[in-house]
Amino acid sequence: MRKVMKYTVIDLLRSRWTYFYCGFFFILSGLLFLLSNDPSQVIITLMNVVLILVPLISTIFGVMYYYNSREFAELLLAQPIKRTDIFLGQYLGIACSLSFSIALGIGLPLLIFSSISDLSIGNYLMLIVTGIFLSLIFSAISFLTALLFENKLKGFGASIFIWLFFAIIYDALFLIALSFFSDYPLENFALFASIGNPIDLSRILIILKLDISALMGYTGALFSKLMGNFNGMLVAFSVLMAWIIIPLVGIVRVSLKKDF
Amino acid sequence: MGTIKIEDLHKSFGSNDVLKGIDLDFKSQGITAVLGPNSSGKTTLIKTILGMVIPDSGSIFINGSDIKKNWSYRKQIGYLPQIARFPENLKVSELLSMMKNLRDEKCDEDYWIDFFELQPFLNKRLANLSGGTRQKVNITQAFMFDSPILILDEPTAGLDPVSRIKFKEKLFEEKMKGKQILVTTHIMNLVEDIADDLIFILEGKIHYRGHPTHLKNSFHTKDFEKAIARMVSGSTGDKADHPDTLFCEKYKMTL
Repeated sequence: MRKVMKYTVIDLLRSRWTYFYCGFFFILSGLLFLLSNDPSQVIITLMNVVLILVPLISTIFGVMYYYNSREFAELLLAQPIKRTDIFLGQYLGIACSLSFSIALGIGLPLLIFSSISDLSIGNYLMLIVTGIFLSLIFSAISFLTALLFENKLKGFGASIFIWLFFAIIYDALFLIALSFFSDYPLENFALFASIGNPIDLSRILIILKLDISALMGYTGALFSKLMGNFNGMLVAFSVLMAWIIIPLVGIVRVSLKKDF
Repeated sequence: MGTIKIEDLHKSFGSNDVLKGIDLDFKSQGITAVLGPNSSGKTTLIKTILGMVIPDSGSIFINGSDIKKNWSYRKQIGYLPQIARFPENLKVSELLSMMKNLRDEKCDEDYWIDFFELQPFLNKRLANLSGGTRQKVNITQAFMFDSPILILDEPTAGLDPVSRIKFKEKLFEEKMKGKQILVTTHIMNLVEDIADDLIFILEGKIHYRGHPTHLKNSFHTKDFEKAIARMVSGSTGDKADHPDTLFCEKYKMTL
């Protein structure tokens, strides 16, 4: 697995799309640090970009890499290597290069500006960690989706729909449910519903770290009230880990049974 | 030497029965051409031997050991895929190192690099290579491990005439080393030139097995392509007492 991962990372680190992605975050973070005097505003703006864009780019990267390397995967399948090592190695390679882009794209401006002004580095680190978690989750989901669909168009369509569902539709359904059942106690429902969406969960995690009550929203406030900020973050991290592990189990199971 | 034994192999994709009970035995060294029209099941058969397709029933033995839930048997196989698509941003030297790294076996890459004069391309990215050069890299990765079994899918696709002739000579040398070589191709001249044994698959079954020359004799023609066409269409001459017919009867095949 390590060997396949190593060469996938080398391949992707030479891709111009990796540099474009990294460069985008570098320029955006740099400009925000330069133009804004309020660090919390910078972090909120970056958070909104990370929460939408990172899952989208990770989804596209995961699905594109799988389909583009399908013939190469067939060559690897004919070598004396376990099937799971091939696909987990490729997934980890994608996840690593995406994580590297985010860490460098946001981390480098942070390093530069923290040396010349007073920034709360912990909050930004939380943003980077959340971005990495979202990369790992959405590239795993899209890689699994691509494995499930032989047809490239269907696989691409399904992956984009999953992103759209978590980024937009889920929240809409959540709000409709909240207003529809507003006469009932909804704490538990809201808590579980936010656990069911890794993007919402990431938002809560960042807001809990920032500790800005005005931005917490209903679910953030619930997390804070029921578990306290630290325990709430711990639970959120554990659930995000589960969001990585579940699609990975899917990748292992599908790759063992699939005909190539 | 590499032996392959296939027993009652069945595979279907949904309602489409692709392999309908294939029995084959490759014992001695030699070059076997696996032929058949599109969707006849030849690619599925090759992929099943390589472990890419999991059969519904039946068994495959490579050098005597069952390949079911086994991956280490592939150390004995060198595979040349038809579409030579490698990670585009890797260099040729990196790809070859990767394959060496993955297989962790004795390797003769320098010989093949010299053979195909690939030195000027070693530091070039695979995305920047021409189709023919990419095929040479493809052949190098398949042959450099000196595996006793070679499975080649359209091996001469994209090669220039000089490289094609050199490669054919090399195939003979590999055969003489005692290797078992399976080739799938649509180039009938190549089959005539190199194959000692021919397997023709039609609708998921072995339709014919024998020497290419015997096939031509059976169908009273000197043109190999015509013989194939006649065999598929069923417009045959008198062949009841031909050795190939006897062979097929012996192995319960239809001719």
